[in-house]
Amino acid sequence: MDNQKTDNDKAAGTAKAAERQYGTGYKLIGKNYVTPDLYAKVTGQAKYAEDFRAEGMLFCKLLLSPMPHARVKRIHSDAALAMPGVKAILTANDLPAPADTLTDNGTVIKASKWGERGLTNEPVYQGEPILAVAAVDELTAAEAIEKIQIDFERLPFVVDPLDTLRPGGPNPRTDGNVWTRPAGPNPGPPEVTELKWTHADFAELDHGRLPRGKAPDEWAYGDVDSGFKNAELVLDETFVTPDTSHQTLETRSAMAYWQNGKVYIYTGTQSTAQTLPAIARWLNISPDNVVFISEYTGGGFGSKITGGVSMIIPALLAKKTNTPVMMRISREEETFIGRARPSFQGRMKVGFSKEGRITALDMFVICDNGPYDSVGDAPSSGRIVSLLYQPQAMRWRGLTVLTNTPPRSAQSSPGGLQGIVIIEPIIAKAARRLGVDQVAIRRINCPEGKAPFGPLAQGKQQYATSAFLKEALDRGAEQFKWSERVARTPKRRGTKVRGVGVSLSCYVGGTIGFDGLLVIKPDGRITFQSGIGNLGTESVIDVHRVGAEVLGVPWEKCDVVWGNTTKNLPFTCVSGGSQTTHAMTRAAHATAMDAKKKLQEIAAKKLGGKPEQYEVANERVFRKGGAGMTLAQAAKYAIQLGGVYDGHEAGADLHKLTKASVAALAGQGLVAAAKDNYPRDGSTFSYVASFAEVEVDVETGKYYIVDFLASADVGTVIHPRALGGQVLGRSVLGIGHAIGQKWVFDPHYGEMVSKRFHHNKPPTILDVPVDMQWTALDIPDPETPVGARGIGEPPVGGGCASILNALSDALGDEIFQRAPVNADTILTSLEAGRPMQHPLTAHI
Amino acid sequence: MAVIRDVMPAFELYQPGSVADAQKLLEQHGPDAWVLAGGLDSFDWLKDRIRKPKVVVDLSGIEELRGVRTTGDGIEIGAMTTLTEIVNHPVIKQRYSLLAQAAEVVASPQIRNQGTLGGNVSQDTRCWYYRGGWPCYRAGGNICYADTPEGRNREHAILHADRCVAVNPSDTAPALIALDAKFVLRTPKGERVIDAEDYFIGPEIDITRLHILQPGDLLTAIRIPSAWAGAQFYFEKVRDRNVWDFPLLNVASAMVLSGGTIERMRIAVNGAAARPLRLKPVEDAVRSQPRNAATGEMAGKLSVRGAVPLQFNAYKIPLMRNLVKRAISGVEEATWTC
Repeated sequence: MDNQKTDNDKAAGTAKAAERQYGTGYKLIGKNYVTPDLYAKVTGQAKYAEDFRAEGMLFCKLLLSPMPHARVKRIHSDAALAMPGVKAILTANDLPAPADTLTDNGTVIKASKWGERGLTNEPVYQGEPILAVAAVDELTAAEAIEKIQIDFERLPFVVDPLDTLRPGGPNPRTDGNVWTRPAGPNPGPPEVTELKWTHADFAELDHGRLPRGKAPDEWAYGDVDSGFKNAELVLDETFVTPDTSHQTLETRSAMAYWQNGKVYIYTGTQSTAQTLPAIARWLNISPDNVVFISEYTGGGFGSKITGGVSMIIPALLAKKTNTPVMMRISREEETFIGRARPSFQGRMKVGFSKEGRITALDMFVICDNGPYDSVGDAPSSGRIVSLLYQPQAMRWRGLTVLTNTPPRSAQSSPGGLQGIVIIEPIIAKAARRLGVDQVAIRRINCPEGKAPFGPLAQGKQQYATSAFLKEALDRGAEQFKWSERVARTPKRRGTKVRGVGVSLSCYVGGTIGFDGLLVIKPDGRITFQSGIGNLGTESVIDVHRVGAEVLGVPWEKCDVVWGNTTKNLPFTCVSGGSQTTHAMTRAAHATAMDAKKKLQEIAAKKLGGKPEQYEVANERVFRKGGAGMTLAQAAKYAIQLGGVYDGHEAGADLHKLTKASVAALAGQGLVAAAKDNYPRDGSTFSYVASFAEVEVDVETGKYYIVDFLASADVGTVIHPRALGGQVLGRSVLGIGHAIGQKWVFDPHYGEMVSKRFHHNKPPTILDVPVDMQWTALDIPDPETPVGARGIGEPPVGGGCASILNALSDALGDEIFQRAPVNADTILTSLEAGRPMQHPLTAHI
Repeated sequence: MAVIRDVMPAFELYQPGSVADAQKLLEQHGPDAWVLAGGLDSFDWLKDRIRKPKVVVDLSGIEELRGVRTTGDGIEIGAMTTLTEIVNHPVIKQRYSLLAQAAEVVASPQIRNQGTLGGNVSQDTRCWYYRGGWPCYRAGGNICYADTPEGRNREHAILHADRCVAVNPSDTAPALIALDAKFVLRTPKGERVIDAEDYFIGPEIDITRLHILQPGDLLTAIRIPSAWAGAQFYFEKVRDRNVWDFPLLNVASAMVLSGGTIERMRIAVNGAAARPLRLKPVEDAVRSQPRNAATGEMAGKLSVRGAVPLQFNAYKIPLMRNLVKRAISGVEEATWTC
């Protein structure tokens, strides 16, 4: 099964990914294996939220707002409640008061008065849930909802950020239209305030350029003005990116019941451990009274970081009716409440030297935030662009504007995709104008080593832990046969034109400071307690291969426990922000080292000598040429010794959730638990170089992606097949933004018309090449013991931008100025000789 | 009354075993009855609770509606034959491959396994206002939401708009028109056989439906005469994605050549108007012309005369022009090399 290969294979750099071997020198790390959850998923035994049943269970359905902004004046529900089979109605009045957040160091964060609560008496987008009806079955619940009449007071609404920024433009919320941070030395949480631009600002719109009025957020470094003055070429481009629903295949259905004062909730999540405190906060109850079950989740992409607030609806109905309640969320409902990536209306002015080096960059972005909590896409976009292209001088300005459209959240590479998609076509254009090769221009601007990025803090910039993107670019160009494709002539045969594109891409790739927990049982088996969400990334299991590797235990002797907060899980990172592989391999490593230390101490106590004379390998702890014992025996001794060895005492620096889990496991064997206290110099990012070739039919505007390769710098490879799934899968997520995925709104009524898959067109397996390729450098990040960095988000921007760059290579620069690009854009622009798509109108 | 979607309302389900029984049921229940073929159109209406028939008459148990039979002159296809069966049928592949090409690009493999030919030609428009339950002309109201200054009309009509700008979404319909197919109807007054192009109607005839079936009528079979068997066929569908999507536009043609001259031709497009359009002026203009680029271009320009773009669908004019041109003069390497 697991191959032991030599360095010869690393030397075969041009071998296809399927044949490449990783994990040189390791037994488990870098090897493929079958995860323990695979058979359950493939055979249908895996239970997702919707599969659970409880005796007497009721079903609830939602009543959604028909209006983009309104106040509920009166709900006429008598006819509904009179129906036999209707058991309860839940409205916003039934929601507990939003709880303040208490952070781990005792700071109180007051609940935001603009926060989303799950149900509302002031809907702020068409499709927002106003109330829920619980009944014996869904048919009855639906009929009940049709009997409910609501009197609304219409309020002003707006769906395009530019419309609310206009002087006199409508506001999406009564308090304003923009998220701002209050001024002062200790600024509190962000607030909704009103910001209007001037008529003079909007003059730019007439020229198809993004107006740049007052921006609440701004930073800069270097001398941007002289950077432009000294540039060989200055380009000033406006670009719009689409809103894309997360569209997890599993919607956020949830089931809940109460038993002995505790609530049991079943739903999907990106973090089992951290959803529990979120539920406690939403329900305003103690975390001790929450049990959260989530063994399998059908995708998250950032929309289920700690599940979704909508899960409290069945929980509160279950409390009201004293019966279990299932809330099944339909695809259309998921389009409304299931989150989306915010669109950017962006503008960049970029100065280039004659070699193509970026001398100055002035970036201005408007982020369409939807009506609720502020997303971080705008500030992230500045940091990512700053890191990825290392401009010599940079100014970033951004606004996060509210609109009456469904709520947004982070989506795989939030802000990163948008920033990359805005700047990459500019770089491609500059390369053509300057006569520089597309790979070469990116190589000149590419980050390297401890690359700096972002705004100055105390006069200094932050920096990355490492970057090997140049190597990834070179490796990818070679494997993609870039030079051959560029040199190929003719580019056009009949009505078909081919183009090739390359893009840089990156995103954050790791956090630190989380806990791990494992038990060596008296039978010699190891149980890894995993608080990671199981949303298909496989990191829930993969990171624990590190623990087995460090302890020298065969994988067949290992079990992983996950998916249920009663199973004694440690405090774990959320599976968002591509942090899991980095954060939790560190925690796994620290925990394995704690186990090793305890094994050494136990052996020394029982067999004499000093702990440091003992080694741990081959399921034993032993002295060189001398005494030893099996791990099973050591576990038995651990129980005898008690104290720190079997979980009766725990490390002081562990998180309180971990401490509780340790205490619950006490006496079961050798209990090892540790916090990741390893140092780290810099912030962790992962990088991808993306390559694409397209073929466009200039008579129909239809194009196909002929070939695609993603070359990844993600540190040490832990699980190749899972990594390939992430690199290609997330590339496809990015590709979707280029080939057709988007929201469309009727602005007159403030209503979405693209509510279903066949309207908003997520990418399908037939839209990408059969033989998509990936490769990884497998160069360890120096700032983390295992060397592994995260991967989910780094490929996304490059997936989209490589397609856009291939299209402009095929068709020239006068075709598109927004994504996605389809036949309509291509044909009308070819006919007219200039971009014809509306330059800035939102949601078209 | 609040609106809720995605919960199918209750109805009485009848599953007759013969066309005669089905007709009796339709006669009995009149406008209360909904005819169900493969369900790929019906279930969307029913699940969205926009249509709530009291009675559903399911044709899936009627064997006489299935299958492909050779007749004295051509073939007869039962209306409940699935699209997959059509794609795989040896006689259709051999002699009427235009229909197989069209059927093969409908939707997705799973939908083709369930969807029927009769259903595909009888399906309702997919205008997202109309299907979303907006009270437009087609739904019995007095406004078209797509044909407004801010309406989102990227996939709507460029020809023959008459208050409504929705389009017919069928891929098989233009192929059947190009093959000069005949549609066999069973009505309360007896059997009728009509030309394929006459099955479809525009809003000027009846704005509430795309075809001529009245309550009580059944489309039972589609006959393809041998007149165009083995002719030069051309089918092309342009859509955003490579699966699932309805056509932005499609074109279907059957051409008989003698030497390099076009002897006769039938050509139809769909996605441009509320009905599939047989392009008779083009057919007349290319008769006896050489089959070359100049003829194709002339035909393409002719076909879009009178086309009126909306805010977001102007691309359909060059697209239709080019598809008609390609149907006549061909396209170099029409198949992709990937």
